Amino acid sequence: MVSITNLHKKFGSLVVLNGLDLQTPESGIIAVLGPNGSGKTTLIKSILGMVVPQKGEIEVNGQRVKKHWNYRKDIDYLPQIANFPGNLRVQELIDMIKDLRGKVARDRELIDLFKLEPFLDKKLSNLSGGSKQKVNLVLCFMFDSPLIILDEPTSGLDPVSLIRLRKLIQQEKEKGKTILITSHIMSFVEEISDRIVFLLEGKIYFNGTVEELKTSTGEKDFEHAIANILTENHA
Amino acid sequence: MLKILKYSFYDLSRSRWSYVYFFFYLLLGVVLLFLNNDLSNAVITLMNVIIILVPLIGTIFGVMYFYNSREFTELLLAQPVRRSSIFLGQYLGVAISLSASLIFGLGLPFIIYGLFQSGAIWDFASLLISGVFLTFIFTAIAFNIALSHENKIKGFGLAILVWLFLAVVYDGLFLLSLVYFQDYPLDKFSLVASMLNPIDLSRILILLKLDISALLGYTGAVFKQFFGTGLGAFTSIVVLILWVIFPVWRIKRIAAKKDF
Repeated sequence: MVSITNLHKKFGSLVVLNGLDLQTPESGIIAVLGPNGSGKTTLIKSILGMVVPQKGEIEVNGQRVKKHWNYRKDIDYLPQIANFPGNLRVQELIDMIKDLRGKVARDRELIDLFKLEPFLDKKLSNLSGGSKQKVNLVLCFMFDSPLIILDEPTSGLDPVSLIRLRKLIQQEKEKGKTILITSHIMSFVEEISDRIVFLLEGKIYFNGTVEELKTSTGEKDFEHAIANILTENHA
Repeated sequence: MLKILKYSFYDLSRSRWSYVYFFFYLLLGVVLLFLNNDLSNAVITLMNVIIILVPLIGTIFGVMYFYNSREFTELLLAQPVRRSSIFLGQYLGVAISLSASLIFGLGLPFIIYGLFQSGAIWDFASLLISGVFLTFIFTAIAFNIALSHENKIKGFGLAILVWLFLAVVYDGLFLLSLVYFQDYPLDKFSLVASMLNPIDLSRILILLKLDISALLGYTGAVFKQFFGTGLGAFTSIVVLILWVIFPVWRIKRIAAKKDF
């Protein structure tokens, strides 16, 4: 699905990605983890072509990313911070994205799922953080694309919505899609992900299943296994 | 790109400022025409207003729109849309809506006044053409500045400085250099200098059309002498087109390299 070779990205003098290589499997949920500032979002934005890397090659479904845009029709993306044009209404925003993509969308179903009906004609600037995140989720999941990228999908959600989101992600996985997730909620990651990719200093430090991570660090608990990697490297 | 243009235009058509701008021109046109009763006087007064105000509004609106639509831009960047279409679409949205305010705001009172029956229609057209050119040029310059400056205050300040330089300071420097070097032949120098400033260029374009030699000034006179009225107008339009093309090309170039 996604294949990355020797990716380098600097912002000024700050090296964020330093020769990163990654191949994702055909389907399944891959969690991208790492401490703050380890380059998770930069990696995701490079795949989407929002960040232009200095060196390296990214391919999505065999299509090169650099200077192309059409491959993005196969990607559903959930940005980390739900920043929307404040003067639009929720329904207008949904219609606009549908119009831009020109694909069949299941927005009705998702609006019901996240109980967004009463907010449809509210302006986006008047929504709470959690409601914005729900709109964000509707925009992301309404198209049936084979690759889904979720940057901190849990942020701001109440427990009920969190359960719904978890179910939604599982359903998408069963359709045989590739799902890339970043999150800081370890219980969420442990429960849903098939593979863990751990970023450290702009490179991939660990790439394997949750079980493999536990055995390689000698910790029984997932959260401790992650903490173990961090303390070992920063001690 | 047309879809982006549509949404930018739709967004701006709901903005209060587009209407303020439109009504300002409407009022200006009505006052000048119906209190003045002399069409060519009105055109000259309008020229003086347009040449200073249109670049200022284009600059401020361009910078403001670019910074305010950052969220919209980020949303679009993740969609299957070409990068250049996003920025060119937004640019055209701003430039076209400002031009529309100008054309309709001034056009309506002139039509009511009976412009189509008078011979001044081409003078008036040259005024609108220069106004539209200045809108497209200064909006493009504003987008260039906003794209290269992440910091809003810096971007805004720089944009205002550029406007101030081209609208006011440039002429002062130009005049000073004419006085200082008056012993030398200055025809070629002033020809080039006026082409390097789109505001001067549009002034010359309008004055050549109006054919008022008293107002032409030194550069205008050189222009007229060098090219004649017809060729002079043609040359200034070609240079104005270049003034649009270059900043737009640069928008495309910077946008292709920028990280979001």
